[in-house]
Amino acid sequence: MINASISNLTRGIFKENPTFVMLLGMCPTLGVSTSALNGLGMGLATAFVLIMSNIGISAVKRLIPDIVRIPSFIVIIASFVTVIEMLMQAYMPSLYQALGIYIPLIVVNCIILGRAEAFASKNSVWQSFLDAVGMGVGFTFALTTLGAIREILGNGSIFGWSFVGEEAHPMLLFIMPPGAFLALAGIIIVVNKIRGVK
Amino acid sequence: MSKKKQTILSPVITLVTISCLSAYILGYVHEKTLEPIKAAKDNQELQAIAEVVNEFDNNPFSEQMKITTKNKKHKLTMYPARKDGKLNSVAIKSYTNTGFGGRLEIMAGFNVDGSIKSFKVISGHETPGLGSKVDEPKFKEQFSGFYPAHQIMKVKQDGGEIDAVTAATISSRAVIKALERAYDAFSNFTTGNDADD
Repeated sequence: MINASISNLTRGIFKENPTFVMLLGMCPTLGVSTSALNGLGMGLATAFVLIMSNIGISAVKRLIPDIVRIPSFIVIIASFVTVIEMLMQAYMPSLYQALGIYIPLIVVNCIILGRAEAFASKNSVWQSFLDAVGMGVGFTFALTTLGAIREILGNGSIFGWSFVGEEAHPMLLFIMPPGAFLALAGIIIVVNKIRGVK
Repeated sequence: MSKKKQTILSPVITLVTISCLSAYILGYVHEKTLEPIKAAKDNQELQAIAEVVNEFDNNPFSEQMKITTKNKKHKLTMYPARKDGKLNSVAIKSYTNTGFGGRLEIMAGFNVDGSIKSFKVISGHETPGLGSKVDEPKFKEQFSGFYPAHQIMKVKQDGGEIDAVTAATISSRAVIKALERAYDAFSNFTTGNDADD
């Protein structure tokens, strides 16, 4: 039982990392990872929604008829996302501006619906919570790493702290959309090497 | 859960219940965050104003007024900054649609003698690292103390006195366009104020 809990918790962080291994939720991953801070913010927002929705859905799973399962999940997830959006707008306006359109898009992030459908609708509240924490941490870690790499190469800074002079010419490409694909590909090559995928 | 007898009623009731609960929660949070959201937005605007005007002790945000350009086409918002009751500078929110990434909004600050104090990009979609450099001191400082009435406010390529940001002439032109619009409205306000009322 304890082993299962630990495995549920740690699975999302590396072995089944939602971004690097399962390649879920690519839209926000590629879109907002222009800096380490944006990646961290998006990751935490998604993780919060994931935890709340996994808890909520596993708690009410017996009350929801199979036939309206998906619509119910979407309504629950959308509510949490809207709550996050309003809270962020009120208390973290600068982060809200940086993430922009990607916050409402958390609703359609496959990771969240995927975990709801594949895990939370079949497991207890506590196990779903552990699963969501693991997946959330994994997603946040992935986005922050990707954001940091893009920021270092494309802007010559890390977490907003610049280490090159004003006249330097960093590789702008990495801040722009094509750089997201290149950086992600590079990370996945490394991850696959470590995992021993042929 | 599929053991229960499936009728058309139970899914409907479930969905309605979930939707009503969600609506209630959303309404509650909306009500609670309405004030903070407004305060955060006002605060952001006030910060932008403070960056482009001289020292003030009034609340420019609450004294805002609408001004129009000479051809009456564009309405801009002006925020007067006063110190000890005396007007010392104004901030004008201006925009242009000719930015490299479309709409570009700036907050422009003018001294009462008609010279530019400073400006700040509020929102826009200029290329990060290229066009976004119009908001950096190197480009901005050229406008400090610039008299649009006596000097040619154009980039050097167009025969003016402003050094455009390297590789971002379009973004530089857009900022100038927005500044021109703000100055247009400002001078219209200062000269035609009495005739208007």
